[in-house]
Amino acid sequence: MKISMDIELTDIPGQLVLALKPVSDLGGNILSVLHQRDKKTPSGRIPVQLTLEIGEQGLNRLVERLKERDVNVVRIGKERLKESMMVLLIGHIVHTDLGETIDSIDSTGFAEVVELSLSMPGVDKKSSASVTLSAIGKEELKEALNILERTVNKKGIMIIPSI
Amino acid sequence: METKLPKLVRISIVGLGNVGRGVAEVIRRKQEEITRKYGIDLKIVGVADLPGAVVDENGLSEDAITKFKSGETAEDMTTLDMIKDVEHEIVVETTPTNVENGGPGLTHIITALESDRHVVTSNKGPLALQYGKLMDLATSRGKELKFEASVGGAMPIISLIKDNLAGNGIISIKGILNGTCNYILTRMREEKLPYEHVLKEAQERGIAETDPSNDVAGRDTAVKLVILANSIFDRNVSYKDVEVAGITEITLEALKLADDAGYVIKLIGEVDGGGSSGECLKVAPRLVPKDDPLNVEGTLNVATIKTDLAGDITVIGKGAGPIEAASAVLSDIIGIYM
Ligand SMILES: NC(=O)c1ccc[n+]([C@@H]2O[C@H](COP(=O)([O-])OP(=O)(O)OC[C@H]3O[C@@H](n4cnc5c(N)ncnc54)[C@H](OP(=O)(O)O)[C@@H]3O)[C@@H](O)[C@H]2O)c1
Repeated sequence: MKISMDIELTDIPGQLVLALKPVSDLGGNILSVLHQRDKKTPSGRIPVQLTLEIGEQGLNRLVERLKERDVNVVRIGKERLKESMMVLLIGHIVHTDLGETIDSIDSTGFAEVVELSLSMPGVDKKSSASVTLSAIGKEELKEALNILERTVNKKGIMIIPSI
Repeated sequence: METKLPKLVRISIVGLGNVGRGVAEVIRRKQEEITRKYGIDLKIVGVADLPGAVVDENGLSEDAITKFKSGETAEDMTTLDMIKDVEHEIVVETTPTNVENGGPGLTHIITALESDRHVVTSNKGPLALQYGKLMDLATSRGKELKFEASVGGAMPIISLIKDNLAGNGIISIKGILNGTCNYILTRMREEKLPYEHVLKEAQERGIAETDPSNDVAGRDTAVKLVILANSIFDRNVSYKDVEVAGITEITLEALKLADDAGYVIKLIGEVDGGGSSGECLKVAPRLVPKDDPLNVEGTLNVATIKTDLAGDITVIGKGAGPIEAASAVLSDIIGIYM
């Protein structure tokens, strides 16, 4: 299960490592960490946004262990990637680094390409693809679409979003 | 017993092409019915085409108009002189659309308003370029400038919003405003034939023009969006402000991928009120869920109007055709006296 989690650390060096350690101890996988040192909460703590892959059991234990380590868990987004949309791409999709196109979304931490079908009629003909984007919320989905639009526009690929 | 005489409404038609002749025909066909129902007596006192104008203050017969169109009768005067000097109430402007400089239609409309005549037009060019100026001129003269036929042909949208949906805030309008593109995309999907093939077929059937570029590149839809943006949303935009993409790049594979996922591809024009809520003014191919009301086929036009009170309202209708466009012109004419 993929989840997003907002935590707050005390402002002492080494706290982030301390907070992340239990994730791997519990068999989880860290997907992204958004850590802004210069940002502080009113109580002087440092907010961090995590995205991780972990089982239901693991998650419960993780929250306990974080508490033990004086890490505040302020939000857990279990319903991750709940918004989806399909878009079509037409153009030289493969030859313009498809991997990078997908990465532009996957690297956001809030959205992913969850499905892709490619149709290539001939070597120098334009291919067509359907791409399903998923994101943690409506706003994030919109942002993911904007990112994809910018990425493919640079590559001369046409994008057809839904209405 | 007192019988009220119908009000005489004298009309000139400038541009005797498909739509202009359609207007003459529907006026002839509906004359008695209109007098009976609305108490107005429509009389065509002048028609003008490229060479000039022919006029008759007692009303031009069908025969006189046909003869003039076929060049059998010489013109009586220039188009502008007719607009200025012949006594009449309404100028119907149906010359070709020109979005570069407004074409002759712009001069015709300005001259008509300055001569204190109402104007009903199907011509998109002048509206897309000079909407604010023309409306100000009409207001200052106390005259009406109506243009239902210019967007969506027979499909009612301008009066639907201004009259029937009065009191509603209009949030956005989204729709298919070009029948040619809709026809091409529909046929490509149904027959699995490539774009070029279907375009040719559409040209042979008289659905696409010999030079289809205005339609297929999305420019015609863009011009209609500008008219909606200015007239419905009070925005002050022109053709150059529209983000435009057309349908020429659409592949059969893309249509298939869309189909597999429950979508069709349509050329959609979208406009909203601008401001903080958004600033949309764009024409692009979009995925439309098959069960969405915007999924209409063939040459049909459709628009979904998002409102704050009535929710979503969708209208569907024939976007082109001489009689269909004339229907919108006629309802504008009658609307002036209601
Ligand atoms: N057709 C439709 O279904 C439809 C629907 C909605 C809106 N519209 C709009 O309605 C307008 C008319 O369309 P249409 O299909 O009827 O076009 P059309 O058949 O080309 O008719 C235009 C007519 O205007 C005449 N004309 C050109 N310049 C003129 C001038 N300076 N003075 C007087 N007459 C002039 C043309 O004469 P010549 O033939 O001698 O050049 C022609 O008879 C266009 O603006 C179009 O965009 C059309």
